[in-house]
This record gives sequence, C-alpha cells and structure tokens, in this order.
Amino acid sequence: MKRVSFAHMGYSYLGFQQLVEDMGFEAIVPPHPSRATLDRGVTYAPEYACIPFKMVLGTYLEVLERGAQMIITSGGVGPCRAGLYGMMHEKILRNLGYDFEIFIFDPPLTGIWTFFLKLRRVLKTAGVSWLAFVDIVRRAWAKLKLLDELEQTATVIRPYEINKGETTRLFHQCLKLVEQARSMKEITAAREECISLLKNIPQDRTRRPLKIGIVGEIYVLLEPFMNLDIEKTLGEMGVITHRSIYLTQYTTTDVLSHGAQDVRQLAHPYLNQFVGGHGQNSVGETILYARNGFDGVIQVAPFTCIPEIVAKSILPRVSRDFGIPVLSLTIDEQTGRAGVETRLEAFVDLLRQRREQREAKRDAALLFGY
Amino acid sequence: MQPCYLGIDVGSVSTNLVVITSTGEVLSSLYIRTHGQPIQAVREGLRRIKANLPENITIAGAGATGSGRYLAGAIVGADIVKNEITAHAVAARQEIPGVQTILEIGGQDSKIIILREGVVTDFAMNTVCAAGTGSFLDQQAARLGIPIENFGELALKARHPVRIAGRCTVFAESDMIHKQQMGHNIEDIIGGLCEALVRNYLNNVAKGKEILPPIVFQGGVAANAGIRAAFKKALGQEIIVPQHFAVMGALGAALLARDYINNNRKTKFKGFEIADQEFRATSFICQGCSNLCEIVNIEEEGSLIARWGSRCGKWDTLGE
Repeated sequence: MKRVSFAHMGYSYLGFQQLVEDMGFEAIVPPHPSRATLDRGVTYAPEYACIPFKMVLGTYLEVLERGAQMIITSGGVGPCRAGLYGMMHEKILRNLGYDFEIFIFDPPLTGIWTFFLKLRRVLKTAGVSWLAFVDIVRRAWAKLKLLDELEQTATVIRPYEINKGETTRLFHQCLKLVEQARSMKEITAAREECISLLKNIPQDRTRRPLKIGIVGEIYVLLEPFMNLDIEKTLGEMGVITHRSIYLTQYTTTDVLSHGAQDVRQLAHPYLNQFVGGHGQNSVGETILYARNGFDGVIQVAPFTCIPEIVAKSILPRVSRDFGIPVLSLTIDEQTGRAGVETRLEAFVDLLRQRREQREAKRDAALLFGY
Repeated sequence: MQPCYLGIDVGSVSTNLVVITSTGEVLSSLYIRTHGQPIQAVREGLRRIKANLPENITIAGAGATGSGRYLAGAIVGADIVKNEITAHAVAARQEIPGVQTILEIGGQDSKIIILREGVVTDFAMNTVCAAGTGSFLDQQAARLGIPIENFGELALKARHPVRIAGRCTVFAESDMIHKQQMGHNIEDIIGGLCEALVRNYLNNVAKGKEILPPIVFQGGVAANAGIRAAFKKALGQEIIVPQHFAVMGALGAALLARDYINNNRKTKFKGFEIADQEFRATSFICQGCSNLCEIVNIEEEGSLIARWGSRCGKWDTLGE
C-alpha cells in the first residue's frame, strides 16, 4: 500500500487524511507544525522565502522520514511565488536524496486538461474509479466543511465563556469526534454532537465582545501555530473574530471559480489589479469589514510576501477613509510570542477605548437633544 | 498608613519599579538592568525600592507591564497586568495632559503612540527586526570606548554630521566603521548615527502617522541628548521629555493598578518579603499531542504559582 502524505494547513488534515485513506492509500498524517518543523524547513530553504514555504518544507521532511512515498499538494499561479513552491520543494528534497512522487495540483481553471491528467494518474495508482472518487470527495468535503463550521462556532462562543479556556478544550474534543466520523451519516451525527457540546458551554451573554476581522495570506491565517493562535488569544481577550478565509469557502470562490468578485470590486479604487496571493483580497475584505460594522481589522502577513506588502502599504489609506483601525502583523521564524501578544492586547485596548469614547459622544448628543 | 501603588515594568534590557501615592505623585522610582534574568531583577528591584520607601506606607495595589509582565505579575501578585503601549500612554497622559504623540524608544522596542482627546487612536511598534536602538547605542558607545552618558553630548558637538546608513543596525555599524576609516571625527560620526536612527524610526515605525504636538519622548533612550536633538531637527517641533522618562511603563502600571483597585478592592500583592523568597522556573515538553508544547512552571518555595505555554489549555489550570 502506497504511503501518501500532504501539507498541514489548520485542521484540514482530518479531511485530507480521510480522502487519502478512502482512496486505499496509507495516510502519513503530517505532525502539527512546530518549532522543530520550522527549524528543519529553515535549514534547507532559501533565506528570503516566505514562512509558508519553510514550514511546508519542514513538514515534507518530517513525513518523508516517516516513510511517505507520495506527496499530494496544491500549486498556484500568478505573481505570487507560491506557484513555484511545489517545484522548489521537490528540487530541494531530491537534492537531499529523498525518493518520492509528488503531485502538484494547480487550480483546474488554469489548465483543466493537465488537472484531469494528473488526477487520472493518481486515481490509477489508487485503483479507484471516477464514480467511487466522486463519493470519496463528497465525504471529505463534508468533513472539511464541518471543520470550518466548528472553528467558526468556537470563535463566536469563546469571548462569552465563563471558564477561560473551556471552548478551546471542547473544540479539541470535537476534533476527536470528527476524526472518528467517516460516513456521511456519521459526519452529520458528529456535527450535531459537536455543535451541542460547544453551544452548552456556560456563557455570560451580558458581555459585549468587540468584533475584529482577520485578513491576510491563507497559510498563516489557517495554521494556528503560524499566527500564534490569534483567534484563541483574541477570543480570550473578549473579541469575536471573523477570518476572511475558510478553506472550503476559499476553494469554491477562488480555486474552482474566479475569486470573490465583490471583494475584488471593493478593492478596485485602491488596487485595481491582481497582485497575486491574497493582496487584493486583504484590501477588499478590510473595506467589507468596515462596512459591516466591525471594530477593527488585523492583517497577518508572512515576511517578504509581496502581495501582502502591497496590501500593507495601501491599508493605512483604507483605514483612514473608512475609519477602521488596522493592525498589520508580519510573521516569520524570528517572530516572538511576547511581541505579538503585546500588539494584540494594545490593539484591543485601543478598540475598547474608541468604542467607549464613541458611545459617550452618542449619549452626550442624545442628552443634548433631549 | 498611606495607601500607595506599585508598578513594575520588566523589559528585555531594564526592569523598572515605581511607587506612587494615590494622587499619582511618584514617591520612589528605580531603574535596573534585567541582565536576562527577570526573576532575579524583580526580586532585586523589590529589595532596593523597599529600602527607599518611608515606613508609613502600605502597598494597596500592584501592576505589571513589559514583555515580562506575566512572569512579574505571577511573582509579585499583581492586580493588573497590562501591555506596555497602554501603560506608556496612561503615564504620558498624566505627566503631560493633552499629549497627542508619544515617541518611545527602549532597549529592544521602539513604538509610537498617537492620542487624540486623551484616547489612544493609533500605535505602531517595530516589526520583524528586533535590533533595539537602546541596546545598539550601548554597544556602539562600548565599542568606541565612550561612556554612554557622554554619548549624546558628543553628538551635540557634531558640526557636520555624516550620513550613516541606518536601515539596520548591522549595516549602521559597518557604515560607521567605514566613516571612521575615512577619517571623519568621532563627533560627526556619532551625530550622524543619532540622525540615522531617528530617520529610521520615523520612516519605519512612525510611517504614515500624523505627528502632532505636544510630542513626548520617553523610554531609556530619551536620556540621550543626541537623539533628542535629532528628533527636534527632523520634526521641527518641540520635544518634551517627562521627568520620569525612563520609568514611564512602570508609572503607567502603577496608575492602572490604582484605578483598578479604586479603594474598594483588596490587593493581591504578596508584600516585599517575596524578594527573599526562592522562585524557580522549570519547563517540560508536553507529549499529549504532536504540538509538543513547551510548558513553563513558575514555583515559589517549591509550590506551583503559575503555569503557561500549552496551546490546548490542558496545563493552564494549576494542579496536575
């Protein structure tokens, strides 16, 4: 049985593990990215490659050591360097003497025929018919969707929790339940159990959490180790966060389609062309969050990520025009936790003061009119 | 017994303590080096500040700030643990009412805080590069064999400050050496260095922010007359250095503690005796999952008082 592995991105590994196993392969589940993974990636990666490149390289090294024979990954197109990363990874790993197969799937829209041929080869190796594959994908997709939903639910509940840390603890319990669910029926049952588990957390609904939108590059947004648990940290400070990217939503809008058009349209007056990655999205989504009454926006960007640097230089103007504070966090292997926490805490303080001041003004105006 | 409030700011380079009265007046302040040992520095600081205090006071509240705030908070039993941006803003607002811009340069971090109508509306801190201006000035003074206290005065004597590449301290040092080899006098080089550091700060930290007066300059580097002059020149505005510029973080923490306690809460402060107690930090790697979190235990006289580091929350509650 072929041993197949894939990159680690947030909690999606549970969905991919199932997909690979259902196709009849043995799944080598990549370990959670850690300091050690990153150190390994940094050792062999070019210095100025972005942190997702280094982390994914480190992950590949770890799975290859555990005996992975095949790696399935996604590619990319456009100005962002991510399009080259699959090939770069392959070259570096081959130079290190590893023997493996790698399948890099570029978004189907950029070359439906290549996509089809690659997929046919994978299915042939697996010995899975197209019909069976459709069913396998359907279940994996359901699982990925459930994972996204649970993450979002936890984020909305966390700022209300009475016992600090309980939401996170139960969320990890939910992950175990999701892991065990395989069939559509089991996934539906797991969903109900998990949602009720999270909803039943003792909450103090008199609190008034702030709302912060999170924009930026997909890998650092999805992988909690990379963004230093930004959602959990903010949640426990009493903030509801909304991430601009969830994997399933991103796949439907950007991989299988031509991107979230409304977001691109919004960004247009500030940035009228596609700069690769999520640069244009970061600008558009910030505007969207401002319009939807969010208190602030945080941009999370890998160091040297060109699309995000473009967005970062535009965001101060957007922030002024729409009256929404924006904090940019740059992430690389040098980033220290204490520094990030300080910035997040100060940002939340700023937003709270701002809200109080606004409310005081509004009340004063009301009294005056009265 | 007069109720007083203690503020502790544990930074990477210095550890500062301030004791204030309930009206916000500074009774005693202390600035010592952290030397990479925050626990030792806090104990040492408590011992020394206690010696300076009059007999008839009692600590009614304690606050901690700085990058070592959680550690300091756990050790002394702080009532409030706050980030340094908020602490610095609170202190500056009290010292210079109506302040609109705070320039803060410490050992490791540089920050700018923008206030409007007494409320923080924007801030920025140096990103990615950790090279601190304060540490760098220290290092260059040592390299040139000039006491750091005289460094700023020398900069003021510069007649034609040379242009130093200040984007990164590593390059700045190379460029300084180059300028020395070319024969420029030391005053002009140091003057140029101060200007370069200020230029770098304004271009990278304060980028795009509206700098309105009154402008307050605080943090350890505010002691440097050369940097002060360079700011004045670059901004074309008066730069105010508050009396307690080096310990503003600790002052802010003390003020925050005072407001938090507000006469009707009891302090968690453990008393100055903890300076003589044994604190130990131990760590282990949790093998619970593949995250392999590094868990830190803080022990006071053998019993666990704080623990942090797990990503799932498993170890956050004390007791096994």
